[in-house]
Amino acid sequence: MERVRAHVLLCAGTGCVSSGAKKVEAALQVEIAKHGLEKEIKVVETGCHGFCEMGPLVIIYPEGTFYVRVQEEDVAELVENHLLKGRIVERLLYKEPLTAEKVPNYTEIDFYKKQMRMVLANCGHINPEIIEEYIAENGYAALGKAVTTMSPDDVVAEMKKSGLRGRGGGGFPTGMKWEFTKNAKGTKKYVVCNADEGDPGAFMDRSVLEGDPHRVIEGMAVCGYAIGADEGYVYVRAEYPLAIKRLKIAIKQAEDMGLLGDNIFGSKFNFRLKIKEGAGAFVCGEETALLASIEGKRGMPRPRPPFPAISGLWGKPTNINNVETFGNVPQIINKGADWYASIGTEKSKGTKVFALTGRINNTGLAEVPMGITMREIIFGIGGGIQGGKKFKAVQIGGPSGGCLPEHLLDLSVDYDSLIQAGAMMGSGGLVVMDETTCMVDVARFFLNFTKEESCGKCTPCREGTKRMLEILTRITEGDGREGDIELLETLAKNIKATALCGLGQTAPNPVLSTLHYFRHEYEAHIKEKRCPALACPNLITYGIDEKCKGCGVCRKNCPVGAITGDVKAVHELDQSKCIKCGVCFTKCKFGAVTRI
Amino acid sequence: MKTVEDLKRLREQLQGQNRLRHEGGTEIIVGMGTCGIAAGARQVMTAVLDEIASRKLEDVKVRQTGCIGMCEREVLLDVARPGEQRITYGRVTPADVPKIIEEHVINGRIVEAMVVGRVDI
Repeated sequence: MERVRAHVLLCAGTGCVSSGAKKVEAALQVEIAKHGLEKEIKVVETGCHGFCEMGPLVIIYPEGTFYVRVQEEDVAELVENHLLKGRIVERLLYKEPLTAEKVPNYTEIDFYKKQMRMVLANCGHINPEIIEEYIAENGYAALGKAVTTMSPDDVVAEMKKSGLRGRGGGGFPTGMKWEFTKNAKGTKKYVVCNADEGDPGAFMDRSVLEGDPHRVIEGMAVCGYAIGADEGYVYVRAEYPLAIKRLKIAIKQAEDMGLLGDNIFGSKFNFRLKIKEGAGAFVCGEETALLASIEGKRGMPRPRPPFPAISGLWGKPTNINNVETFGNVPQIINKGADWYASIGTEKSKGTKVFALTGRINNTGLAEVPMGITMREIIFGIGGGIQGGKKFKAVQIGGPSGGCLPEHLLDLSVDYDSLIQAGAMMGSGGLVVMDETTCMVDVARFFLNFTKEESCGKCTPCREGTKRMLEILTRITEGDGREGDIELLETLAKNIKATALCGLGQTAPNPVLSTLHYFRHEYEAHIKEKRCPALACPNLITYGIDEKCKGCGVCRKNCPVGAITGDVKAVHELDQSKCIKCGVCFTKCKFGAVTRI
Repeated sequence: MKTVEDLKRLREQLQGQNRLRHEGGTEIIVGMGTCGIAAGARQVMTAVLDEIASRKLEDVKVRQTGCIGMCEREVLLDVARPGEQRITYGRVTPADVPKIIEEHVINGRIVEAMVVGRVDI
């Protein structure tokens, strides 16, 4: 008789697959077979662990040893030493960036130690393509408890009491939304999951769908029971092929087990799920545009009211929540609203998943309790700024959010504090910027995004974002005029007040928040024709100082012949010819080329 | 699956599969240094795995470790029950395994005659 004594967990999320996880898996199977260990060692493909920067990741249990950046050629050593002889392969362990200390155990790494992984509890812990692994971790117990021991009113009451607010951006209380849909007139109702994650740098929902799809299915089914819906849709963008694949597998397995379908757990509750693949338009993350897209129409928002809770999909009452919101539901039903409400702040309960990107050391996913400070997320979990540079700002909330400067690093991360500071929770993308980032250019980047993604239905958004982008572009190109800042502010105010949907109304936020906290950078661009971060090419003035040895390298490399000088004499740069390409700056070995 | 009881039964059946990935339970640690392997550690470990499987023990983890310097007494096998001392047994052969598992791992009675070390956890 044989018994499995070790589990080798291999991350098969999108990040780790792109850094070589599939090759590592093939090599593992070969090496394990070579040593005759097939029957005692089990290889488990999991979803995303969140530590994408360090992938491919391998965790070996029962020890919980955490190996990072494992490549095909490391596998032989790993199997022979760790799995056969029980010796840790030190060179593949994670090294803390701040202390250079090697950490063998998963739970002792700063990146994980400071997190509170609840929605992500199973991500990286179970195989998302095997329903039994989810059931072994208490999966579908919440659905069972809801349909057999609670009335729909009980479920709604529990959700309201938990204080859960929508994780997609707006932060509307989830229990209230369920109640509206439940009380709406009509016998046919729908549950819709918004998985149209489109903010630049955001990948929370994709990771949850890839790593733990059953949790979302279970959350949707509980919602269906509570509001009286027998049908649900997951609207997921086609750019997420792995998420769609795993979701399809999960729905099929749940149907085969009778966890979706008719008379769930012997009750009168029937529930079925369908997947609708979106074409990836940002505006389809707006709920009314999303519903139009499911109906086969062009994805454009419509005025509210009526809200989807009253008249949604095909005119029927519809409850829409995003992936992470549904992912929170099973634990609230299992452990109770009081338990859930004990986590977080007074008005923001539970945890939030953030995607850390930009100039940060630990790119990846982190789940933290509400009320933690931005400093703890960026420096505690994120490991600080790349290359030892200075922190400048963090962009939170995507194109609808804002940039927070250094003096707000100790701000509590919750819905209301962020709004007050001119940003918003959004869906949880955090883009970290260092001293080399120009804040006017950041605003221009986001306005370019919203201008491109504007559906064009209402004039303020269609025309307004275009005009704002024009002004921002001319400022970064050195053609900013007196009065541009005031013009930006007027346009922003008008768009906010008059755009049709939430995306349009919040589109000026990146400009307003950078104007609020970094107005001096705008002024330097316009009045002094200078980019303080030295990021806008047109606004950099090159020069040569007395450190010049007269080697002639800059002169030979200058494409327009703007540099003159004799050998071994300090060279000169003709500003009227200079095209600001920066070649002289990168070629000079003596640091004699200056930029201001 | 028709009832919540079905789900519960299935979960109980499946929980053992994932238990390795959770903390807790009794640990059996086999010394797999060069000295241990030469003295037959691999055979001892196979015997441990077989015994656990045939007795269907769910809450037991089997780990390996390297040489701890007591090469003379290999094969070394440690048993650590939650909240108790970690006991090291020396010169363990596959034939000793069923006894150690039955007495110590299951019933909590240390096999004193074979003990060569004790560590407080």
